[in-house]
Amino acid sequence: MTDTVTGAGMPTLLGARGYPAALEWIARRAETFVIPLAALIVGMALFSLFIALVGKSPVLLYETMWRGGFGSWFSIQNSLSRAAPLLLAALCVALPARLGLVVIGGEGAIVLGGVGAAAIGVALSGAPSFIVILAMGVAGMAAGGIWIGAVGALRHYRAVNETISSLLMAYIAIALMNQLVEGPLRDPASLNKPSTQPLADIYRIGNIPGMDVHWGLVVGVVACILSWVVIEKTRWGFAARIAGGNVRAAQVQGLAVGPLIVGFTALAGGFAGLAGMLEVAAVQGSANASLAAGYGYTGILVAFLARHNPLAIIPVAILLGGIDASGGLIQRRMDLPDATVLVLQGMIFIVILFSETLYGRFKAFNPDLWKRPDLSRGTA
Amino acid sequence: MDATEVGLWGVPLAILGGAIRVSTPFIFVSLGEAITERSGRINLGLEGTLVFGAMAAYAVAVMTNSPWLGLIAAAGAGLCFGLFHGWICKFPKVNDIAIGIALMLFGSGLAFFFGKPFIKPKAPNLPAIPFGGWSDIPQVQAALDVNVLFLIGAVLSVILWWAFRNTRAGLIVRVVGDSSDAARAMGLDPDTVRLLATGVGGALAGIGGAYLSLYYPGSWTERISSGQGLMAVALVIFARWNPLGCFAAALLFGGAGALGPALQSVGVTQGYYLFYAAPYILTLIIMIATSSPTRSLAGAPGELSITK
Repeated sequence: MTDTVTGAGMPTLLGARGYPAALEWIARRAETFVIPLAALIVGMALFSLFIALVGKSPVLLYETMWRGGFGSWFSIQNSLSRAAPLLLAALCVALPARLGLVVIGGEGAIVLGGVGAAAIGVALSGAPSFIVILAMGVAGMAAGGIWIGAVGALRHYRAVNETISSLLMAYIAIALMNQLVEGPLRDPASLNKPSTQPLADIYRIGNIPGMDVHWGLVVGVVACILSWVVIEKTRWGFAARIAGGNVRAAQVQGLAVGPLIVGFTALAGGFAGLAGMLEVAAVQGSANASLAAGYGYTGILVAFLARHNPLAIIPVAILLGGIDASGGLIQRRMDLPDATVLVLQGMIFIVILFSETLYGRFKAFNPDLWKRPDLSRGTA
Repeated sequence: MDATEVGLWGVPLAILGGAIRVSTPFIFVSLGEAITERSGRINLGLEGTLVFGAMAAYAVAVMTNSPWLGLIAAAGAGLCFGLFHGWICKFPKVNDIAIGIALMLFGSGLAFFFGKPFIKPKAPNLPAIPFGGWSDIPQVQAALDVNVLFLIGAVLSVILWWAFRNTRAGLIVRVVGDSSDAARAMGLDPDTVRLLATGVGGALAGIGGAYLSLYYPGSWTERISSGQGLMAVALVIFARWNPLGCFAAALLFGGAGALGPALQSVGVTQGYYLFYAAPYILTLIIMIATSSPTRSLAGAPGELSITK
């Protein structure tokens, strides 16, 4: 917008409004950190009120939450393990969001990614382990990518609302998984909990050395960084951001909006499918109903909390992974239902969405509205 | 008398009975959503409202031993959720679809939180009227055992259809939904109208939830709703925001939902889970068939974000 004014003989360290450039730079960027953080704190404060109203101690609750989520090396590892699928599930929301789409059916892609990976893993048993694991990853990504890519295609070519269709497809995916796991893919030995045949140990994904956290965490972090690079530093990401801002403008510019939408939604679904593959290869060892554990839904909250910025997803996913991980301890220590965590998540979600209305309202974050300092005294 | 005696007639009979039984929550949620959407807002949170309504109705019915008080509690709780959605969406830049998603999670979370102690006790059911008394065949009797809420829903859809066309309130809701500017020019406050429309929509969704827990399936569990609230939203689009269309579409969806259990009752167990997914697949097919990228939907309220 405005370059640093140098012609008037002012030092170049001053910004457009005559304040130190660094201060103006920080002020412009602070908004996207301060508002979500404040919303998070307000959400937690409201939740304290709720907990006090049902007759429990909010102090004890947050203390327990801290202990269960981050208080010890054991709990930190537990939180990180839960963060791994959340990273990928959140990308399934954040990437389409940059195109202006609200996709909330990541759970379906996770489930099908897991089933696809398990089927390939069993089918290829006997092959070298790195080939099988790679094939499982590809299968998981393909299954999830096709599922969410179809949502994007329906949106663009048939104008079918993506929010509703993605959630319907999630229900269909879960039904499909149940059908496959109880039917053609069922391991006859799995009696109480129908599952696919267990993967051989050599096809399982192990832990990061020195930690009780599987490699999925690294995969998730890398996926977030890659997504950030694609959105911020490539032509496609630039085109996506234009299309997300205004589809007509993008079409006038000659951008192929259709392939862009299908490509981004397919990539998003691919990441969610990868989360399903990791759950199978690193945690469950086979595909079963545990795949629909709600990561897809918590991922929606992670993405909104991170304002659909892939880099911000990393800390937010770890935070919510911690909250998730503390659920069991809260239940045991405080005699609260396991849905306590859901209530907290819901409250934070609502406050975060409400905080959208605050952007651009504070003068402190917008140097363009600052009063010019009295330069006649300063530079004389 | 057993199933073999009515033979394959058991399937359409079970689907008919199922359509009547399963469709009632669809009727109430879609009528509620139709009112909300006609005013220009979309409330995806009705899924959460439905679940919370089911819990509230069951809890109050267990405590007071009266299903009717439970029904009122569910409607009241739904009203609160709806009013909250309507209030928070009046702020600029707050997205009604996203708030709906948040309320979907929040409503279910709250329902599970408070509903835990009520999973075991048994609540009195809402009464049904046995229209099948003339027949000796139990399947016919079962199919025509019609709950009062179904009848209320049928009457309500006719009243709403009439009211949208012929009453002042109906006209106000439609004007606000079609153009905020036109409404303001007439001296109406769009935010207030939408607040009330979303509140009423929430109350109706709460009643739909009460039906789930107090009649069919008739108990409170955390899995009581499997997306009925959300399908109802899609159904409203299919019904072109017409209350009579909502009623017909709800029957269709109810029939699709009853397909799996009906086939199972005559011994078809293959592909049970796929039949279970029939309502979702049907919804999706209908959405694909009725949407178009080139023309806006006929009868769509102009202010609705989903059709823009």
